[in-house]
Amino acid sequence: MSRHEGSSDHQWVDEAAGPVVRPYAMVRGRTRARQDVFDLVAFVVATVDSLDGWQDGWQEREPEHQAILALCRRPRSVAEVAASLSLPVGVVRVLLGDLLELEAIRVREPVAAATGRPSLRVIREVLDGLRAL
Amino acid sequence: MDSVRSEPHYEPHPAPRREDLPQAVKILVAGGFGAGKTTLVGAVSEITPFHTEETLTRSGIGIDDTEGVEGKSTTTVAMDFGRITIHDRLDLFLFGTPGQDRFWFMWDELAAGALCAVVLADTRRLAASFPAVDYFERRGLPFVVAVNSFDDARIYPPETVRAALDLDPGIPVLLCDARHRDSVKSVLVATVEHVLATEAL
Repeated sequence: MSRHEGSSDHQWVDEAAGPVVRPYAMVRGRTRARQDVFDLVAFVVATVDSLDGWQDGWQEREPEHQAILALCRRPRSVAEVAASLSLPVGVVRVLLGDLLELEAIRVREPVAAATGRPSLRVIREVLDGLRAL
Repeated sequence: MDSVRSEPHYEPHPAPRREDLPQAVKILVAGGFGAGKTTLVGAVSEITPFHTEETLTRSGIGIDDTEGVEGKSTTTVAMDFGRITIHDRLDLFLFGTPGQDRFWFMWDELAAGALCAVVLADTRRLAASFPAVDYFERRGLPFVVAVNSFDDARIYPPETVRAALDLDPGIPVLLCDARHRDSVKSVLVATVEHVLATEAL
């Protein structure tokens, strides 16, 4: 009996089950608790190296919070964090929301977040930058 | 979490102020499966392009048990992205959009705040570009059509492609080779020039 062989829709197999279920268990089914945007290209930087010593008893604490802090010693985009840690963006947003609540990160949303469109000045800067490549 | 918030914390390394963090702009690269989106992103990205896969369930996120997890209830959206530094405070991200048009919600997220889009067309499968063209037209996001020159594909004049895709006369149609940095750079420059022309109207 052929089971969707060759169909990219149905490549769901056992080894994928762990990583999928675990991320959502990690955030205990929480979706975004705050109004934070965390656009895919918002930049995140850690303000602390670790949660150790000041958030030891924090209930929601997961190893991935620490992994995000380690990754974001340099500014990283939300999409980069998700890709680097192999976590769904939705889960990363919950974790980032936690860290922002703790003031363990700073976040800068993309230029167009407020208006929906980049300004003319930014568009010209992008054009100049591309021409100079 | 309020009790946690009031606890002291420290800043052992000087993190940039929020306003000193880089800001980002996005350009989307859309097109049918196999049109060369990943190749195009890789040709100009200064980092090895990231590949992310979002696993989705039919009922959306938030599942907390494994019961009933089976092939048909889950699917994977793959997305590739790369980055170009414009200057020290501005980065350009290129996102290859998920190839299947049933992932419109993902497109919506990607298109939010995006500068513009490149629809990468493969003349062997021109119909695969229709959903992307329709989507950007409907959304009013400026875009160009870049015809990727595959070795074994017939070269059609841009006007033929324009007619086949029923494009507005104002939408640029370009030929490109997604493998070559200079070619992709030209496409991106032309796309942003098109944005400026559109904004000026």
